[in-house]
Amino acid sequence: MSARIGVVLFPGTNCELDVEHAVNELGGTAELLWHGDDTTKGVDAIVIPGGFAHGDYLRTGAIARFSPVMGAVGEHARAGGPVVGICNGFQVLCEAHLLPGALQKNAGLKFLCEMVTLRVETASTVLTNQARVGAMLRIPINHFEGNYVCDERTLAELRAEERVVVRYVDNPNGSLDDIAGICSAQRNVVGLMPHPERASDPLLGSSDGIVLLKSLLAAAASSATMPV
Amino acid sequence: MPAFTAHVEVTHLPGIADPAGATVERALPALGYTNVAQVHIGKTIRLVVDAPDAESARAQVNEMCERLLANPVIEAYEVVIS
Repeated sequence: MSARIGVVLFPGTNCELDVEHAVNELGGTAELLWHGDDTTKGVDAIVIPGGFAHGDYLRTGAIARFSPVMGAVGEHARAGGPVVGICNGFQVLCEAHLLPGALQKNAGLKFLCEMVTLRVETASTVLTNQARVGAMLRIPINHFEGNYVCDERTLAELRAEERVVVRYVDNPNGSLDDIAGICSAQRNVVGLMPHPERASDPLLGSSDGIVLLKSLLAAAASSATMPV
Repeated sequence: MPAFTAHVEVTHLPGIADPAGATVERALPALGYTNVAQVHIGKTIRLVVDAPDAESARAQVNEMCERLLANPVIEAYEVVIS
């Protein structure tokens, strides 16, 4: 059976169908998870896709954190299950304290929608287990609040534990230490601002995101064989 | 229980980018205000809370700030109860 990937849908999420399509194209089975249901329906892995959950009112991700589904997402994460937050999903994971730090407005006050080059910094996460450290990936960004920030102690921890997953080669938004994505201490929760699902077909201008999504499917498949 | 009005001001922590404030600061000289600096744009949240006394109202609103109204990683807050 193919890996079941839950894709969380909040009011205002707008990348769920792109993620669903990419996951299904790569041999997984995507299943939408409504934010108001307090269950992840036993999926093997969870993606929180991009968009503007709850209109991004107050702060990006601030309200989404209290949606009923997030309790179940937290349990899945604490049990070691793979969770990936893309763009707004990264912001939600930070607000939910499943990842440290926060995403502030881009330096320069510009909404950025462009292709960027990322460097894979570690291959031991649920999103990079099929990738090579040092690999350069062309993947688009599409955000206003993508400027990662955290306190000095957290940054030192992220570096020492090799928890920076991907870095921008040419920092577009002012992110601390060129950080484009990080993972949790257990390495099963990953958040990143770039959109791998939008680089999952040559027709989209890049298929460099496939290696990341395939990594997630591999992590989901091995998580499915683990008792949770 | 008496009702207390809470006035919460949420601002960026020092060192956190405030591009909206910076943009307004660059716009003001165009109107002739060349003597303006340190423009910051934050948020004001007003709410009414029923509580036995002002101190308990303040404690509750502080907790709301920590848990939802502000993100302590990037924001500071100030609560005024009246």
